Amino acid sequence: MYLAATSSLPLRLYQWTEQLFTDLGLPLWLLAVLVATVKAALIIGFILINVIFLIWLERKLGGHIQNRLGPVYTGPFGLLQTVADALKVLVKEDIIPAAADRWVFMAAPLVAFVPSVMIWLVVPFAPGVQARDLNIGTLYVAAMTGCTVPALLMAGWSSGNKWSLLGAFRAGAQLVSYEVPLILATLAVVMLAGSLSLNDIIRAQQESTWFIFLQPLGFVVYLISAIAELNRTPFDLPEAESELVAGFNTEYSGFRFAIFFLTEYANLLGSSAIAATLFLGGWSGPFLPPFVWFLLKTYLFVFLAMWIRFTLPRLRVDQLMNLSWKFLLPVALINVLGTGVFVAL
Amino acid sequence: MPDAAATVSGATREQDGEEVRPTAPDSEVGDLHTEEMMINMGPQHPSTHGVLRAVVTIDGERVVDVDSDVGYLHRCFEKICEKLTYHQIIPYTDRTDYLAGMTNELALVLTVEKALGLEVPRRAQFIRTIMSELQRIHSHLLWFGTFGLDLGATTPFLYAFRDRETISDLFEEITGARMMYNYMRVGGVRNDVSAAWVKKVRTFLRQFPAALREYDDLLTGNPILKARTRGVGKINARTAIAYGASGPVLRASGVPYDLRKHDPYLVYDELEFDVAWASEGDVLARYQVRLEEMRQSLRILEQALEGLPEGEYLGKAPRIIKLPPGHYYGHVEGPRGEVGCYIVSDGDRKPYRLHWRAPSFVHLQLLPLMARGHLMGDMVAIIGSIDIVMGEVDR
Repeated sequence: MYLAATSSLPLRLYQWTEQLFTDLGLPLWLLAVLVATVKAALIIGFILINVIFLIWLERKLGGHIQNRLGPVYTGPFGLLQTVADALKVLVKEDIIPAAADRWVFMAAPLVAFVPSVMIWLVVPFAPGVQARDLNIGTLYVAAMTGCTVPALLMAGWSSGNKWSLLGAFRAGAQLVSYEVPLILATLAVVMLAGSLSLNDIIRAQQESTWFIFLQPLGFVVYLISAIAELNRTPFDLPEAESELVAGFNTEYSGFRFAIFFLTEYANLLGSSAIAATLFLGGWSGPFLPPFVWFLLKTYLFVFLAMWIRFTLPRLRVDQLMNLSWKFLLPVALINVLGTGVFVAL
Repeated sequence: MPDAAATVSGATREQDGEEVRPTAPDSEVGDLHTEEMMINMGPQHPSTHGVLRAVVTIDGERVVDVDSDVGYLHRCFEKICEKLTYHQIIPYTDRTDYLAGMTNELALVLTVEKALGLEVPRRAQFIRTIMSELQRIHSHLLWFGTFGLDLGATTPFLYAFRDRETISDLFEEITGARMMYNYMRVGGVRNDVSAAWVKKVRTFLRQFPAALREYDDLLTGNPILKARTRGVGKINARTAIAYGASGPVLRASGVPYDLRKHDPYLVYDELEFDVAWASEGDVLARYQVRLEEMRQSLRILEQALEGLPEGEYLGKAPRIIKLPPGHYYGHVEGPRGEVGCYIVSDGDRKPYRLHWRAPSFVHLQLLPLMARGHLMGDMVAIIGSIDIVMGEVDR
């Protein structure tokens, strides 16, 4: 069980519980289950609180970019708007269209949601505060983000709606295409750090400098690909409101729609956290506590994504593919090559 | 007329025969069996600008054919007019193209005045000109915003509405309404404009160029916008003329035809302005023509306010209007194109038959020609670029 020695409070808590378990004669596997449950609960709690804030932030930010106020009535500064919306959505009827492939349709939101939470397993919040420091951390993250594709395909296919189907196909093509430059951009960072573990990457950045300075090209490639992976404007083709009505989530309502919505923001937060870790040195930084640094850097990416969303029009399907295969991929490859030479020297 | 028919079909063939450039290279599907899919776009769809239903045949994302189905908003406008006196028709015209009430009213009122041989006071003519041009900007602003929405840019919409709001307020101050004005009268206009109002319009004229620059920064200069609109939905001049296109759609296809220049009404022949036009005939050209038209409207407004004379705003007109038996046609350059009013009178107080020439209806016929061979995303841009108003298409 990995719990870093640097942070004493969780460690002491763990040792105390362990002691308690041995004193009471309870089996230690129960302790492992307990610890895992607590971690999962903490992470899901963290995600939920942040997503509630993120949705509010997006609406407020969008409002101010667009010459309006955003939510103002519910709570101070409209902070409770998301809570009100969530309550509304949760009590809505859960409609499953007659033409839908029932079980696939019902499972799709969950299939989308689970990987978005699982990414957080390897995210280092602060020194030692990490659910698990996998030595293949970045690879794991890439694998988890890749899991979104089947979920969206399931949602679109099972809806029994042609618009949803188009949206799902777009999602499939787009996510697979942008995965490649995304991973290549991550690869360059991994080459610099010499490790796949996210903790090692942070440590490497503490020793040299933030990788955004060593990898400006990689950073741009990562940012563009990540926004595409998140289906956000200008790459929001799978759910293009004005073209495909709402793409793969056209037929979803109530709770299931809420899960998709939650997933979208959880992914935004997850990608931002990974980006902050890979390029901005994660939790490391002077004066402020590491966790605050981590949040600040994460929200910097969140802000960038939102800013871009409210500024740009949407790309067309073929332009989207061209951008990935004809521009981002070569750039990412050159970047990897350059980094290789740099590392070898 | 066999000649006209020949031109139409000839032009169609030419347009069809014209190499339809696919926007993405065709993919080899090998042994895979593929089928075209028919998809129903509308009448409830975010981008069909009302209740247009387009039955689109697609091959993957490529549009093979479009069949537009209209009539969801049909309100028997022309038939109702046969039961109304000419003054009673005025508020109904507001509801055809509900985004350009002023110019619609003007088309009717000008036709009636022409039939009666009525002289309209100069002040009324100037006020009508001012209202028409404000209406043009008002309508183009809404188009600009929704076009941005169609392309997935949400912010321009709110910027456009901010400025459109100013014009709505200006209309409200004089006519009491923000959309359905019922303002034009046979022989003049319903209410006079005040000096304070004129001052407010001047303020708007001063501020609006900055807003236009802002739009350019936000959307026009954007490479994504250019990439998405250039070469999309092309219509050549011959086809545009053959189909009876008018307004920005025609002018963007390289025909600088503007009724304000070529059949001047009101005081347009005394004012200096250029006809905005482009030769490419694609979505981008139509976009640029409309933006330029707003600039030209500002010029016209400037001069019209300068020249606004004192005097009557509502001239002498017979209380009971009876048009002499005959056929009358009057037209104005509306924001969307030529708005025409065709009246057949049998000498009664009501028209025997009234036909409304709605530019949107004409332009909608061009949709299949524009959209074939493009992608679904382009389809939305094309519908946005012809700026249809379903209230006018269905009437």
